[in-house]
Amino acid sequence: MKIVAILRKVADRIARTSSFRITLLAVLSAMVVGAFIIILSDINKLQNGDILGATKTVGSAYWALVVGSVGSLRAISATINSATPLILCGVSVAVAFKAGLFNIGATGQMLAGGMSALWVGFAMDGPGYIQVPLAVLAGAVGGAAFGAIPGILKARTGAHEVITTIMLNNMAGFLVLWLLKTNLYQREDRTDPISKFVTPTGRLPRLFGFLSDRPDLVAHTGFVVAILAVIVYWWFLNRSTTGFEFRAFGMNADAAQYAGMHTKRLTVMAMMFAGAFAGLAGSAEVLGTYGYGSQNFAGDIGYDAIAIALLGRSTPFGTLFAALLFGALQAGGRQMQANTDVPIDLIVVLRALIVMFIAAPLLIKAIWRIKVEPTSLGQVFRGQGS
Amino acid sequence: MQLELRGITKRFPGVVANDNINLTLKTGEVLCLIGENGAGKSTLMNVLYGMYKADEGQIVLDGAPVVFMSPADAIAAGIGMVHQHFMLVPVFTVAENVVLGVEPTGRLGSLDIDKAREMVREVSDRYNLNLDPDAIIEDLPVGVQQRVEIVKVLLRDAKVVVFDEPTAVLTPKEIIEFFEIVKTLIAAGRGVVFITHKLKEALNVADRIAVLRRGQVVGEVDPKTATESQIAEMMVGRPVQLIVDKKPHTPGEVVLEVRDLSVLDADGRTMVDSVSFSVRAGEVVGIAGVQGNGQTELVDALTGLRNSTRGRVALDGQDITSASPRVRHAKGIAHIPEDRQRQGLVGGLSIAENLVLTRYHDEEFSHGIVMDWPVAHSVAENLIAEYDVRTPSADIESSTLSGGNQQKVIVARELSRPLRLSIAAQPTRGVDVGSIEYIHSRIIKERDTGTAVLIVSTELDEVMALSDRLLVMYRGKIVADLDPRVTSAMDVGLYMAGSRPANVVNA
Repeated sequence: MKIVAILRKVADRIARTSSFRITLLAVLSAMVVGAFIIILSDINKLQNGDILGATKTVGSAYWALVVGSVGSLRAISATINSATPLILCGVSVAVAFKAGLFNIGATGQMLAGGMSALWVGFAMDGPGYIQVPLAVLAGAVGGAAFGAIPGILKARTGAHEVITTIMLNNMAGFLVLWLLKTNLYQREDRTDPISKFVTPTGRLPRLFGFLSDRPDLVAHTGFVVAILAVIVYWWFLNRSTTGFEFRAFGMNADAAQYAGMHTKRLTVMAMMFAGAFAGLAGSAEVLGTYGYGSQNFAGDIGYDAIAIALLGRSTPFGTLFAALLFGALQAGGRQMQANTDVPIDLIVVLRALIVMFIAAPLLIKAIWRIKVEPTSLGQVFRGQGS
Repeated sequence: MQLELRGITKRFPGVVANDNINLTLKTGEVLCLIGENGAGKSTLMNVLYGMYKADEGQIVLDGAPVVFMSPADAIAAGIGMVHQHFMLVPVFTVAENVVLGVEPTGRLGSLDIDKAREMVREVSDRYNLNLDPDAIIEDLPVGVQQRVEIVKVLLRDAKVVVFDEPTAVLTPKEIIEFFEIVKTLIAAGRGVVFITHKLKEALNVADRIAVLRRGQVVGEVDPKTATESQIAEMMVGRPVQLIVDKKPHTPGEVVLEVRDLSVLDADGRTMVDSVSFSVRAGEVVGIAGVQGNGQTELVDALTGLRNSTRGRVALDGQDITSASPRVRHAKGIAHIPEDRQRQGLVGGLSIAENLVLTRYHDEEFSHGIVMDWPVAHSVAENLIAEYDVRTPSADIESSTLSGGNQQKVIVARELSRPLRLSIAAQPTRGVDVGSIEYIHSRIIKERDTGTAVLIVSTELDEVMALSDRLLVMYRGKIVADLDPRVTSAMDVGLYMAGSRPANVVNA
């Protein structure tokens, strides 16, 4: 019980220091709930009444998570590889969030960007220092163009971006399927929807390429693109006039209009920026991770990105850390599945729990018995000026 | 019943909102709680109503200490509250709203609406509230809606009724009616706590006035002997100029020219109906009127936030009828919006950021797309000092400021550049006495430098005091063009209500 008291003290301290507190406690709470899930799902041991054994499974599962994500250079490489598209799509959702828009369409934008990057990747055979940047950029342009669609629809007709982006995700999916069957994209010797290979000069160089004896380190320089994107996002948000407009518009659209900002243009721009970042994620996957395009290279990344932006509170570095955390869970989860009987699906549960706890800060505060002023519960009695 | 607050202290991170407050309230009297915004009135009432738990001190009811964990406890103990923003269901009838939560039920739990009607009628008759139980809330004027709230509180058997800024939303006539209701409540043996920052009202209705400043009760005064300036001084902590001090104006050339302007609202109703007027340089033109008579739409049209359907707006002879807000800004039009929370400020942005909200694109603050935050910051620091914005730093979120200080941020931003026309809507709504004095002096100063000033306010005293010419708006039309020096507030009030003073009709 002393441990509980100490934990509570620590929790209390975190709670008082910053808004970072909720995030940390949410992750911690998710891990605790996850531990119970592991124990409960360890049927064999539970049936034998071996609760201690089930508890040990928790320990080894979580240990495998750590080892598999940061335990070795190979693990770190795997984490980076998983995190790269998550960072870019996270920034995509975050930048739209900042402008008050809910971009569910990172998946579609990623597909559009990836297909554009792919085309430059296999159709061109130039020196890498031209082809790679061009292909990466093509991804951004393709994503931005696709992102512009819901932006324009919203600005012109008021169609809600949540609806349109979800629909556009489906359309992008089928568009990719069709494109991959066209002569332009389809690999010559194949009948299934799979694209030509990106030329060797078009591939994003491997991050650890300088270690010639470690071909197993798959991380690529898409990660550098992702880090640069975070820095650009930070600069844009805090140092540019348009970033200032985004923030004002996102927090108070009426005030933005009063201040003479072109809110319709901002809506389109925000969705285009979001699309560009997601498009870069497509570039990174196609030019870095795979080297070709398949039907589903975007996976669930665009949806995970929503959770990441939420977890990172849409700040540049918060989003970066959240994406790294999710990437680490992904990489560690594979190790966990290999080492223990705990399936990688637990990672999905953990992420869902983290998001749930983030979304319910009062629950977190109640669980950890953090003393808080009930201001966030809403004041019934407000002064006239307040 | 006697209600006592003993040594109530409530701290928030960084501030002591209530500092050892002692107050006593007996039934059968009106206690007025007066103080500037941020003085701690709301916090104190939230403590009394069970929303906040006091850090120190206790609430004593008829000699026995009580603890309110929630508003439900407070209601059960006989404390009722009429909020400034009414908590009514607009599509329900009066009777349905009143019984919401304490519904009289028949067999099988069905709502006994006849009983509910009867309950409303009974209370309404007893306190002379004149309510129709079957009227739909959204059809009723604000003053009547407030009476519905009062009935709600009375039906829950409140011995003490707390009113939060009850007159803020009422017309002058409704205010008079409201004071009658308060007297009836007192006569029936209830107690009333009346929260306000309006000195006249406090003196008018209270039996005792407690003055709050910076979380402390700085004194209790007797309304029979106290004067307005005396209370104002206690509220602010220094002598306050209550009358607007202004020299006779010297109007120059016509700056703003409005001709036959018509504006629709979002539902397509004509809110501004062929309005024509002009404002000259060095002149304050006031537009008086009860809220909702087209003032909001007129200001929106003048500032480019809403399209007009007919007519023409010209600035210095140049047509600006369809110019964007930004173009109008560049031409030297300042706009202090009527709702600072909704339009004037971005609460989540810092004070410095809000101080450049309409000007960030000026050469001074940005180069191309690159913001020059150091410059913006130093300008902000200067403005904060010059306009006396009370804040620990320019970097804190503007939503944490009190209403008066938020308004000063807006005034600072809008008036601190060369202007041709300044449009101020409700410039001192919800602003404390000290800040009102300051904002008024700033507006007059702006006039004296030759700016044309248009003031739109529902506060009759304010437009009367500030204006050199006074227009009255009623149902979208300008119904009077008056000289405030020779017009009585009574006459203006009549115009605002859509009638004409008798002497004018005869003339």
